Amino acid sequence: MRFGRRRIALIALVLLLAAAPPVAVLVGQPFYVDLLRRVMIFAIAAVSLDLILGYGGMVSFGHAAYLGVGAYAVTILAVYGVNDGLLQWAVAIGAAMLLALAIGAISVRTSGIYFIMITLAFTQMLYYLGISLDVYGGDNGMRLPMRSQFGGLIDLGNGTQFYYLVLGLLVLVVLLVRRLAGSRFGMVIRAAKSNEARTRAIGLSPYRYRLAAFVIAGGICGLAGALLINHTAYLTPDIMHWTRSGDILFMVILGGIGSTVGPVFGALVLLVLENALSNWTEHWQIILGPLLVLVVLFARRGLASLLWRGEEDA
Amino acid sequence: MPEPLLEVRGLSKSFGALRATDEVLLDVLEGETHAIIGPNGAGKTTLISQLAGDLRPDAGRIRFAGEDITVLDAATRSRRGFARSFQITSVYRDFTALDNVALAVQAHAGHSFRFWRPARSDAELRAPARAVLEQVGLGARADVPAANLAHGEQRQLEIAMAIATRPRLLLLDEPVAGMGAEESQRMVRLLTGLKGRETMILVEHDMDAVFTLADRISVLVYGRIIATGTAAEIRANPEVRAAYLGED
Repeated sequence: MRFGRRRIALIALVLLLAAAPPVAVLVGQPFYVDLLRRVMIFAIAAVSLDLILGYGGMVSFGHAAYLGVGAYAVTILAVYGVNDGLLQWAVAIGAAMLLALAIGAISVRTSGIYFIMITLAFTQMLYYLGISLDVYGGDNGMRLPMRSQFGGLIDLGNGTQFYYLVLGLLVLVVLLVRRLAGSRFGMVIRAAKSNEARTRAIGLSPYRYRLAAFVIAGGICGLAGALLINHTAYLTPDIMHWTRSGDILFMVILGGIGSTVGPVFGALVLLVLENALSNWTEHWQIILGPLLVLVVLFARRGLASLLWRGEEDA
Repeated sequence: MPEPLLEVRGLSKSFGALRATDEVLLDVLEGETHAIIGPNGAGKTTLISQLAGDLRPDAGRIRFAGEDITVLDAATRSRRGFARSFQITSVYRDFTALDNVALAVQAHAGHSFRFWRPARSDAELRAPARAVLEQVGLGARADVPAANLAHGEQRQLEIAMAIATRPRLLLLDEPVAGMGAEESQRMVRLLTGLKGRETMILVEHDMDAVFTLADRISVLVYGRIIATGTAAEIRANPEVRAAYLGED
């Protein structure tokens, strides 16, 4: 095991995130624990998108769909009195994977702008479906009746416990995606991204592998959705709005596509900036927009190229 | 006489009014190096695309190793033992030379739904890949990203990737195209080393390479094979001289 810059960046970030709650309490700013928990939940979604975007070359503009399905699964189960966290989250992941299988079966055969449009269209359909589901709050949304229960083992009502659970899951997801990217499976989707004709010529049909990656990414993002609804405790269809898909996409691009750890930094920078700027002016997007353009222009591979020069350590 | 490894019958493909491939008949025997030559616009690229499975013919059929492969796609043909190199160099530019070849090995080592073990430290893939790189003379360049290899080395890498799939037939699309004299000699030496061990179809413009390597030559003119024979027979064929060699 070599300690490349990327690994150091990851370890440093995890240590900082782990130290954040006590520090926030110390300085009397517990609000930041909330913000960072949100950052980490979105980081999980962004890392899952990086699996298909960075390694698989699939520019999904509909990743919020899985966030939404995860959140709806948890809420709907809670409405009917099923509060067991393990079951809820398993259903959230499973439903997101099924949805990804359906969307992927159609979209993964296409590429470029068609892929972007199809994933966007499916997500918009789900968004409007969410609006029309009056039983589950419709347009206005509804409160999550009760947070996911883990039999007294972990209490999500306790902000700190919930925080460290999310941090642990984030680290697991980063390591899982790195592992996948370096496996035979990962090499196939990376090869197909790099040169599809060559990949077919050596005897690999990329479709099944791409679809599998798409489904795995959907499942991970479904988990992020289950976390997010426990975080906000309020379900609205906005969770599936296309701008949400755009946010996740931006976290990945800002952080550095195909770098796994980069998108975590992308989520951190985007959400913290959004928070800071929106406290300052309601037109915060006017500042954030050009900032992102600059990053894309001057750091092609995102923050990863600045922090650890995009170097690979696998 | 044994059945040819590759048997092409009545293969035809038109683009509008242009008959790019016209009733092509071609036999490639096990173990031979069979060159396909023809002037520019003779339909070589169209023919190769159909042989490799990138283009569906309008009519005719292709039998390979006793089976009809006419409707199979490129990936399936490769898994059946039909390997190819590309006219325009086609490698994974951001992967190292060894990664490139290891992927070709992996493609023929069962399915790739293996999610856990790191492929880059998998001796089952790396060892055979390294051996093939040595064989084509790129052993010392194994860890260089393919994009940083010289043009000639990239062409060698393509050959390595093709060999690594342990093919029954190698389809080489202009392997010495765009090479300097020295690079081109190195490639001809490499192919000479493969000759007899591998069955090869060699589509090539470079006549020196063709006459050095080929056991038999087929001449493609306006989509038709007008002659097939040994180098001496082809040189002596008046039709070929008129259509092709005479122009040079």
